[in-house]
Amino acid sequence: MKTKGLAAPYLVWMAIFTLVPLGIVLFYALTDSVSGSFTLANLARIGSYMPIFLKSVWLAILSSAICLVIGYPVAYYIASCSPMKQRFLYMLLMLPMCMSFLLRTLAWVALLEDTGIINSVITSMGLRPLPLIRNGGAVVLGMVYNYLPYMIMPLYTVLMKLDNRLVEAAEDLGCTPGQTFLRVTLPLSTPGIISGITMVFVPAVSTFYISQKMGSSGTTLIGDVIESQFKAAYNPNLGAALSLALMVLVFACTAVMNRFGDGEEVVVL
Amino acid sequence: MKTFNKVFTVLVFIFLYVPMLVLTVASFNKGMDVAVWKGFTFDQYAALFQDGVLLPLLLNSLIVAVVSSLVATVLGTMAALGIHSMSGRMRRLTMAITNIPMTNPEIVTGVSLALLFAFAGQMMKLKSVLGFTTLLIAHITFNLPYVILSVMPKLGQMDPDLRDAAMDLGCTPMQAFFQVIIHEILPGIVSGALMAFTMSLDDFVISYFVYGPGFVTLPVEIYNYTKKPLHPKIYALFTLLFLVILVVMVGMNLMQGREDERRRRARGVFGKGEAA
Amino acid sequence: MKKRILSFLCALALAAALLPAPRAKAAGRVVNVYNWGQYISDGTDGYLDINAAFEEATGIHVNYMTFDTNESMYTKLKTGGSSYDVIVPSDYMVARLIDEGLLLPLNFDNIPNYQYIDEAYRHTDYDPDDLYSVPYTWGTMGVIYNSAYVDEEDVGGWDLLWNEKYAGKILQFDNPRDAFGVAQSLLGYSLNTHSEEELRAVTYKLMEQKPLVQSYVMDQIYDKMERGEAWIAPYYAGDYLMMAEENEDLRYYFPKEGFNRFIDALCIPTCCSDKEAAEMYINFLCDPEVCAENMEYLGYSVPESAAKEYMDPESVANEVAYPDEETLARGEYYLYLDTETTQLMDSLWLEVKTEGGVDYGPIVGISLTALLVGGFLTARGVRDRRRKANRCRKWRQAS
Repeated sequence: MKTKGLAAPYLVWMAIFTLVPLGIVLFYALTDSVSGSFTLANLARIGSYMPIFLKSVWLAILSSAICLVIGYPVAYYIASCSPMKQRFLYMLLMLPMCMSFLLRTLAWVALLEDTGIINSVITSMGLRPLPLIRNGGAVVLGMVYNYLPYMIMPLYTVLMKLDNRLVEAAEDLGCTPGQTFLRVTLPLSTPGIISGITMVFVPAVSTFYISQKMGSSGTTLIGDVIESQFKAAYNPNLGAALSLALMVLVFACTAVMNRFGDGEEVVVL
Repeated sequence: MKTFNKVFTVLVFIFLYVPMLVLTVASFNKGMDVAVWKGFTFDQYAALFQDGVLLPLLLNSLIVAVVSSLVATVLGTMAALGIHSMSGRMRRLTMAITNIPMTNPEIVTGVSLALLFAFAGQMMKLKSVLGFTTLLIAHITFNLPYVILSVMPKLGQMDPDLRDAAMDLGCTPMQAFFQVIIHEILPGIVSGALMAFTMSLDDFVISYFVYGPGFVTLPVEIYNYTKKPLHPKIYALFTLLFLVILVVMVGMNLMQGREDERRRRARGVFGKGEAA
Repeated sequence: MKKRILSFLCALALAAALLPAPRAKAAGRVVNVYNWGQYISDGTDGYLDINAAFEEATGIHVNYMTFDTNESMYTKLKTGGSSYDVIVPSDYMVARLIDEGLLLPLNFDNIPNYQYIDEAYRHTDYDPDDLYSVPYTWGTMGVIYNSAYVDEEDVGGWDLLWNEKYAGKILQFDNPRDAFGVAQSLLGYSLNTHSEEELRAVTYKLMEQKPLVQSYVMDQIYDKMERGEAWIAPYYAGDYLMMAEENEDLRYYFPKEGFNRFIDALCIPTCCSDKEAAEMYINFLCDPEVCAENMEYLGYSVPESAAKEYMDPESVANEVAYPDEETLARGEYYLYLDTETTQLMDSLWLEVKTEGGVDYGPIVGISLTALLVGGFLTARGVRDRRRKANRCRKWRQAS
């Protein structure tokens, strides 16, 4: 049958613009920045950025967990509304995602700075300004703010499709609301949780903008280091090695996440 | 519990919208400083339309978003049809490739494409490869999986005999596709295209690595702006865009609402059909 | 509904097609200028919009882009893929670009206004034969502080940037050469040291400063200093003059230990696509009247005395922009260090930026998460196996 052939242009495209570039990243990671000869030095240097990797992963885990805890009740509520209201709330959720996240993050900076809006109010009441920005907490806030919709949307999709008869059956069989939630609703929403966490974790672990704007000089994340190697200090070889490490890390984390889903296909949208 | 969820949801939405409110208010502020209110003015809007830099960049963004989402929709729909008729290892391999740009951190995708283009530029001895074309290629590449992943489920839901029936009734394969199949999968195609369009319009990270001096998009320029003292006219642009998107979204929402209403009534009459 | 969305998309595409094409695509010549941020008079505050004036005078469109450090500009050139016609590197970077063969020799027949450049800014260390560069500005690097918050008695040397009293209110350069320069001046080293030992000592000094530093910044310094978000910053004299117009409390001094003195020059890189247009642009900037207007706006010091005649006598007499000879004698130019030293400095700088001490938080947190995930998966695996065994047993009993 010829329909299979319809995928050919796509496969060629992906081979040239996804697989070949990754090959080039590997090539750069294995060559010396000056002489261009083969070396393992770049990969060896990854080890010294371990603390940075750990910090990035930790902040990303924290923000995924917070997004899940905040996002679940919201998704649950939206899914329980009338169709009309559901559509409206879903739209409200999509809307911020269409606006420049750079500017929205900058608005947080304006809110949280020492001379920012919140602290102006505090100082005008005669109190001392609070250290709201330039710490790990502010970076997590920035991540939660930016990626929360990515958590709520898949959760909502799953909860909306959830067969209400199952919940009723559980209640009829004598489950308390808590039990129903833990034994029926929560397990059935696992695919949404998995795809939500993936969609928050991946951009959070690799961000460089949020840490630049909301973080301190001490919250340099792995994304910052990679960005600087390609944009400020000309060392694409080290940058490529770090990108490779980041990619492996992310794929490993996704693989672990998918274990939760019993190998079911993860809903992405 | 329900009340708690309701209050909580309202609080979360406030959290999501506070920064946008800040930017909107800032666009009417006389001073440069967002935190200090110096009086109401429309000057920032006037400055936005006079300056002649930001609006062409918005146009650039729109061009890239429209072209890349259209190309990705065509290529992606074709690919989805192809993948749908594959099976076994071939299918798994193709889906794995589709998942690479989805799972890969954006920065890695951006970096890898930047290295590819630099490499290609050296090979072809070109002084400037980075520009509209590279930006377009990058956007198509990250848009493709979105289209495929939203068309695939619709193909899965489609009755496999539909195509054969059409062909038995004398359709050529092309006619079968354009007259029968496309109607079944159109919602998937449209949502894929819209998704691709929005992703492309607001993409910063990947564009940041592959843009060239001749063709800059709005998010990239906004990033460059945030490294300098930010002029409030950018808040004016933000507010205008916010309004446009709001109107478009509300409009689509209303249309969809009416459509659903009609469908429900039709279902009531004929007593058949399933919830979409 | 679907049709409507589709027609909406089509309408959008149509709208995009009907709107005027972006200017960069318009027929005619284009000169791609790659300059520092905030480094040209752009028509604000009633000054001349130089790029617009050039377009009007020559009909050549200026495609103007900015960078924030010499290093990021160098990276862009080195990465390739983009064509720039005019760039504005600082002295040591000019030498590096010449050394690596990234600059084109200029055709001075197309730059008659070069005659106005003062003798003092010719035959420089970085371009001894005056082949590749035309001086754009010169200046000094000193300390800017906010007199409303900083005690006068703390002021005077570079040690103000290490003063714990002002922790969190201090800024530092976000590029290796300038940040190292600050610490080198403080430690009394030459700004052009090749000694690894000295460079390491400088690295430790910068790491020592790191907890006190609010951010590593370049052009964002304007915003932060003008609003009082930060109180102390090392930066270039010309930029101080611009900031001081916005905030009267800002002061500037030349640190007693010595400081960097620099020249930024106009050059044409090898990736240039219209060299003649580039030379016309450079020539235009050197026109004494244009130059006067530009420098008046920038606050940087002018390398051609002819331009001073068109400038406000007050700005020419300004001691920050034009310090006396005695002060200037304390300044030292950056020279190009060889590739090895530059690379060493780059990697030491990355160490400074990524150094964060041993932080147990992430390690504990990640371990806990891993334990939780592992525990959950094992528990579920065990449960599933037990269930399956039960089912098998029941089935066997039943049959």
